[in-house]
Amino acid sequence: MNRDSNREQLSTVIYGILCIVLILLVLQLWLLSATMNAYLGGDESIVWPAAWASVACFLLNAGLLWQVFRLES
Amino acid sequence: MDKKISLPVITPDGRPPEAQPKWRHDFPIDVPEADYVARRDFTKFMVLTSFAFVIGQFWIGLKRAFRRESAGTSAQRIASVAAVPVGGAVSFSFPKPNDACLLMRTGTDDFVAYSAKCTHLSCAVLPDVKNNALRCPCHNGLFDLATGRPLAGPPSRPLPRIRIEVRKGEIFATAVEERMT
Repeated sequence: MNRDSNREQLSTVIYGILCIVLILLVLQLWLLSATMNAYLGGDESIVWPAAWASVACFLLNAGLLWQVFRLES
Repeated sequence: MDKKISLPVITPDGRPPEAQPKWRHDFPIDVPEADYVARRDFTKFMVLTSFAFVIGQFWIGLKRAFRRESAGTSAQRIASVAAVPVGGAVSFSFPKPNDACLLMRTGTDDFVAYSAKCTHLSCAVLPDVKNNALRCPCHNGLFDLATGRPLAGPPSRPLPRIRIEVRKGEIFATAVEERMT
């Protein structure tokens, strides 16, 4: 019973984390396409800010994944 | 020998262990556990994809840095004024050998030059000086000859303009002007 409830909690947590990861991933996809569009159009000012924003999203994603492994252990 | 096998609590169809077929006793699957592992692995893959997007962003940044380094191109001779008739066009490469461009003579003293790559999917555009247009035959894109701006079809950005100078009867390309609108 205890094992089942623990497993249910883990599943709920993984679903929540997966949702956040997917939202961040969509944001990164939008950033990449918008940056490419601007770069090809000659607007180079947003290239590096967008790259750092993408890094921030990735770090958030990596942190969430680390939380998953921390919960398992 | 009648061996009692204990199945995981939750089976795929939700029925009790006694009602399960024998093969399921031989290959028991803990469905919630399998679901959990699948979601966790999917999350790992999504984080990997997130890293790939970061690589993509930095790739654009590096391309920008290298483009800036090579931006200091010197003027390049295209043709002599006499070699381009009014209403005619000449193709050339600028600033690199693979950067196809078009020079068009719209009047006695009027020249325009643009990159020959369509801003939609990089097909080669064709000059239509008589109708004041540049056409992309791939997807029927249409650009204004005077400004290079898109008039019809899928392209949304104008063609990069090539700055030209006429010196002593010779036409030179001096710079590439990228534009958003």
